[in-house]
Amino acid sequence: MTQLNSYRSGPDERGHFGIFGGRYVSETLMPLILEVERAYTAARKDPSFQKELDYYLAHYVGRPSPLWLAERLTKALGGAKIYLKRDELNHTGAHKINSCMGQILLAQRMGKKRIIAETGAGQHGVATATVCALFGLSCTVYMGATDIARQAPNVFRMKLLGAEVKPVTSGTGTLKDAMNEALRDWVANVENTYYIIGTVAGPHPYPMMVRDFQSVIGRETREQIMGFEGRLPDKLIACIGGGSNAMGLFHPFLDDKDVAMDAVEAAGLGLDTGKHAASLQGGRPGVLHGNRTYLLMNEDGQIDEAHSISAGLDYPGIGPEHSWLHEIKRVNYVAATDDDAIEAFKLLSRTEGILPALEPAHALAHVARIAPKLPKDYLIVMNLCGRGDKDIFTIGERLGVKL
Amino acid sequence: MSRLAGRFAELAKEGRAGLVTYVMAGDPDAAQAQAILDGLPAAGADVIELGLPFSDPMADGPAIQAAALRALKAGASTRSALGQLKKFREKDQTTPVVLMGYYNPIYIYGAEKFCKDAAAAGADGLIVVDLPPEEDAELRPYAKTAGLDLVRLATPTTDDKRLPIVLEGASGFLYYVAVLGVTGTRSAVTDEVSAAVARFRKTTKLPIAVGFGIKTPDGAAAIARNADACVVGSALVQQVIEGPAAEAAGRVHGLVKALAGAVRAARAKRTA
Repeated sequence: MTQLNSYRSGPDERGHFGIFGGRYVSETLMPLILEVERAYTAARKDPSFQKELDYYLAHYVGRPSPLWLAERLTKALGGAKIYLKRDELNHTGAHKINSCMGQILLAQRMGKKRIIAETGAGQHGVATATVCALFGLSCTVYMGATDIARQAPNVFRMKLLGAEVKPVTSGTGTLKDAMNEALRDWVANVENTYYIIGTVAGPHPYPMMVRDFQSVIGRETREQIMGFEGRLPDKLIACIGGGSNAMGLFHPFLDDKDVAMDAVEAAGLGLDTGKHAASLQGGRPGVLHGNRTYLLMNEDGQIDEAHSISAGLDYPGIGPEHSWLHEIKRVNYVAATDDDAIEAFKLLSRTEGILPALEPAHALAHVARIAPKLPKDYLIVMNLCGRGDKDIFTIGERLGVKL
Repeated sequence: MSRLAGRFAELAKEGRAGLVTYVMAGDPDAAQAQAILDGLPAAGADVIELGLPFSDPMADGPAIQAAALRALKAGASTRSALGQLKKFREKDQTTPVVLMGYYNPIYIYGAEKFCKDAAAAGADGLIVVDLPPEEDAELRPYAKTAGLDLVRLATPTTDDKRLPIVLEGASGFLYYVAVLGVTGTRSAVTDEVSAAVARFRKTTKLPIAVGFGIKTPDGAAAIARNADACVVGSALVQQVIEGPAAEAAGRVHGLVKALAGAVRAARAKRTA
């Protein structure tokens, strides 16, 4: 392996992280992808853009989000000292809005009047519908029919915010199909439409751009932990579906070689059952949705359906930068099952008075697994990237409680 | 001379446009798909595009998406598509066949092995929808070695600045995607297509085939007045499910005949 000066310099000018990433899109979209890249490159260098974004993040989203020392959780687990990065306290209840805010400001710089998005759990759809309402732009959200059925509260929320929610019945009716449909819409409406992708995947520049916008999580964490402890954490932990909350927490720390990082994939019913969403641990490199990355697929290269109790992790791929970080072993990728996540959900609710979303409940399951064996001065920061209100129906069903 | 170049030379000599017909490999099942493919030349197809089924065809509309899923459900794969082509070649050595699909199944098959096996099965060219010029260096050398044309796509968003990038390394023909959108949805607007074809003719000697949004014999005839070929896909694939599966080939060939008649008469009509 070549020695890198920095883990933070990617992607290259063609959007590649090692062999991953790239721009695997149809010719119709190619000029538009290049236009987004040009616009983002210019915005990135423009102090007024960053200033505007900071304004909305502070006064509308409610950043910085707190870093919370979870004392009762720490005590209950009896080992490492656990901090929670409270991105579930953002407006709309998850980290998704960090990137939506950045992207909608960019869309307006580009003169786009119509916004489209895909959503799985509905958190990204709600965040997109929210920023569209804030700026008065038309909003269409594609959502798999299967997901619409299991995330009814978020569907209603999007509609209340004025968005049109289009059910996607093609394919398996989940997040990957919603993304296919959003790409089809974009191809047909390239002139006036901007596509707000919800995670660190898709064609370049999206993986880089969404990561940059989400990195506010890691930058704040760095400052906050220095304030509490006077040193950097020993380990960062986050869940991954596409991987945007993990990328946001990890990226500012990638060059701090003493900071370990664990990312937790959804193991569904178990990694050995074939019913999971763990692209890195159960998939292999392929090309889908504009980028080369690890994917769940059969021996013919047909994409498999992912399985997870959490609709937000239920995607057969992962952001390309994660694939790269996996191969160079900078980040350690582990998994937690549906059952693990439910147990973790209950644990946090009762020890800290916080209902976590089922997505970060996977990260918490891993925390609960490793913390007891670690010394008391070992510092863990876990990204609590979403709140669990949206999941109470799923949890109720699981626990046999009728709501 | 390659089969593709030979066929376009013949068409030029005849003074008419060609009809390119797209069908999905393995749709609705192996036997009907073979019957559909085998009968296309007699029905009037000048060039055949054989679709490689993919689970997530994001540049295709509902008709071709459904066809791909039908084929996969019936057991089709990249390998079986090559097998279908091989059988076709036992009976027909003259009609050019271009394989059209998405990159992931090719990448998983192995780009080099795929090109070799495709050429051995009798393919003449490849169209890989989600492999733009920026990324196709990982396939192009293997296609070239195997003697396969790598057909590039131009679209209404391909401006004069971008066109040279598309044309650099293109071979076989230039495929003009006539509408903004996925296959089989909007209708192509004849005047806009003529203007685009005229623009491309200034910069390339490659034959220009026009596709996406051509559904009827009249629509095909309108395009055939200017373009070197017109491509019909969704409308043909849709015929597969318009009646009993066992008669799918008859329905597809019926529409191909009507399209071929219209395309052949298109320029005669103009001069009359």
